[in-house]
Amino acid sequence: MAEPRMLTYREAVLDALFAEMRADPAVMIIGEDVGAAGGVFKQTEGLFAEFGALRVVDTPISEPGAFGMAVGAAMTGMRPVFEVMFGDFMTLCMDQLVNQAAKVRYMSNGRAGVPLVLRTTMGTGANLGPQHSQGFYAWAAHVPGLKVVAPATPQDAHDLMRAAIRDDDPVLFFEDRMLYTARGPVVAGEPQTLGRARVVRQGRDVTIVAIGRMVAFAQAAAEELAREGVEVEIVDPRTIAPLDRRTIIASVKRTHRALVVDGAPLAYGVTGEIASIIAEEAFDWLDAPVSRLGAANVPVPISRSLEPLSRPDASAIAQRVRAMLA
Amino acid sequence: MTAQSVKTPDAPAPAKLLEMHRAMVLIRRFEEAVRVLATAGAVPGLVHLCAGQEATNVGVIAALEPRDAIASHHRGHGHCLARGAPVDGLMAEILGKETGMCGGRSGSMHVIDLERNNLGTNGIVGGGIPLAAGAALSARARGSDAASVCFFGDGALNQGLLHECMNMAAIWKLAVVFVCENNGYGEFTAIDDVTAGPSLLARGEVFGIPSSMVDGMDVRAVHEAARGAVARARAGQGPSFIICNTWRFGGHHVGDKQDYKDDAEARAWRARDPILKSAAQLQDEGHASEADLRAVEHEADALVKRAVEAARAAPEPAPQRLLEHVHG
Ligand SMILES: Cc1ncc(C[n+]2csc(CCOP(=O)(O)OP(=O)(O)O)c2C)c(N)n1
Repeated sequence: MAEPRMLTYREAVLDALFAEMRADPAVMIIGEDVGAAGGVFKQTEGLFAEFGALRVVDTPISEPGAFGMAVGAAMTGMRPVFEVMFGDFMTLCMDQLVNQAAKVRYMSNGRAGVPLVLRTTMGTGANLGPQHSQGFYAWAAHVPGLKVVAPATPQDAHDLMRAAIRDDDPVLFFEDRMLYTARGPVVAGEPQTLGRARVVRQGRDVTIVAIGRMVAFAQAAAEELAREGVEVEIVDPRTIAPLDRRTIIASVKRTHRALVVDGAPLAYGVTGEIASIIAEEAFDWLDAPVSRLGAANVPVPISRSLEPLSRPDASAIAQRVRAMLA
Repeated sequence: MTAQSVKTPDAPAPAKLLEMHRAMVLIRRFEEAVRVLATAGAVPGLVHLCAGQEATNVGVIAALEPRDAIASHHRGHGHCLARGAPVDGLMAEILGKETGMCGGRSGSMHVIDLERNNLGTNGIVGGGIPLAAGAALSARARGSDAASVCFFGDGALNQGLLHECMNMAAIWKLAVVFVCENNGYGEFTAIDDVTAGPSLLARGEVFGIPSSMVDGMDVRAVHEAARGAVARARAGQGPSFIICNTWRFGGHHVGDKQDYKDDAEARAWRARDPILKSAAQLQDEGHASEADLRAVEHEADALVKRAVEAARAAPEPAPQRLLEHVHG
């Protein structure tokens, strides 16, 4: 097995793109400023120089058309990785995503597919405000035919990008911008498959199921709680759809308590889905009602003082766990 | 434009002209059978028939090779048939039966037939345009000389997707042909009431795309324009835009009362029936006798009759099909 390298989250995804583009000439990148410029976050740096303009395609600012063309390319032999600069701009691709990409396999009775990755950035923390912060993964997960991934670590970002590219269905890959500079060991091992959760930390008192960047907040909360004698288990689903119910349920059956934490608005979101699955499949094992934390049901404000109030953090998570155990 | 530098192919051989005629007759007979079935309530969902527009379907598709891709729209049975879809399978699909081309789950408006590089009929007006343009982007990346065609109605002229894709196809010189089947109406609204600007062709010209208007009731004129555009595309000279002026003989969908059309208009367009025109030309030129043409009709009727009987007798999809093929 290869030696681990210390990479940032951004570098880990880029490394996965290099690996998959070298392995398969069908993989191509499509997006705005992804070519010679190397991406607005330097997330495609160097690809253009190695793979050229036919496989690293700089588009005009035309998300609906360019994404639709990526769908057409995916139906005809390519494996495009389409980049939407900010998650909020995904709304411009919605028809081609929901009515075309997601439905092609079903409509063709399994004879056609759309092996495509839509990668996008999201997340609060950088004061980017109402139209540059939102993560629409709950919307996407609601659409039959789409797969949805939200990696929390450089290793997962690397592995899941490779898995997403190799997957034969449309996969949405949500990258939290606040994680871009997070550094961690990355082993370029065997390709993984989507749909497997990771037990981030073991503990016997309560299970925290955390999405994306919330995993890091849950870890900080767990450290704090450990000093108080509370042992927290953390499960990161990594793939939101399809969801690894087994790992989540097995954990809750061990700890008898569950808190689900998400950085997107709580209302009608991923936490509701996971909480109801726990209630349906592990009710008899629960010692307390399933609890949920998510962002306030507001557009993300740009103010440096208001923005942090809009979403959960480590202290909110710790506080909620204390309440659940009281 | 550099259109002249690509050699225009020779005039089509008589066999090709007869083949196009046969394809148009099959579509007309097929659509008539679907109309009868839909009126009798045998067809789930909405059906949009293309009778009257056969020349635009056939004239363009006859200019393509099997490796070329097409994307169709909601009025798409003719495109599917012209592209070689099995008559039985398409009919069964429209009736939502197990034996349909897509297992009876897609129906008239969502037939996908990748085996024939047909990216599908489409329930979203304009939805197929980027798929065909994307197939051309794919061909470019794969080093293939395949071309692609997107068909759309005049209604889609006002969708932003068309303009975005025309822009990208032009800057990247993609091998795609934009074919507008202009039948004068989008649902019950006349195109002139909702479409600004002095000229529809300007919508291609503004991107520097060679744009032409042809008589969509004349299969030969359509074919000629399409062959030029495909040759140009294959030669790496980029996209073309063709507007085929045509008319649908029926309503927007089966059951539409068509109050928005008047009798004089209907008489004028019906006198230009593309199948009658093609038949007269073939006879005048001595390429087909009246008996030959009748044989073509009988052959189409037999194929359609068999397809209707088979589709009616075919089973509904089994319940376990419901959950299949959401993912690969
Ligand atoms: C995006 C979208 N808007 C509206 C509709 C409803 N609709 C179906 S067909 C149609 C008219 C389309 O007109 P045109 O493109 O000219 O094609 P035609 O029906 O005349 O062949 C409309 C409005 C739709 N299917 N998709």
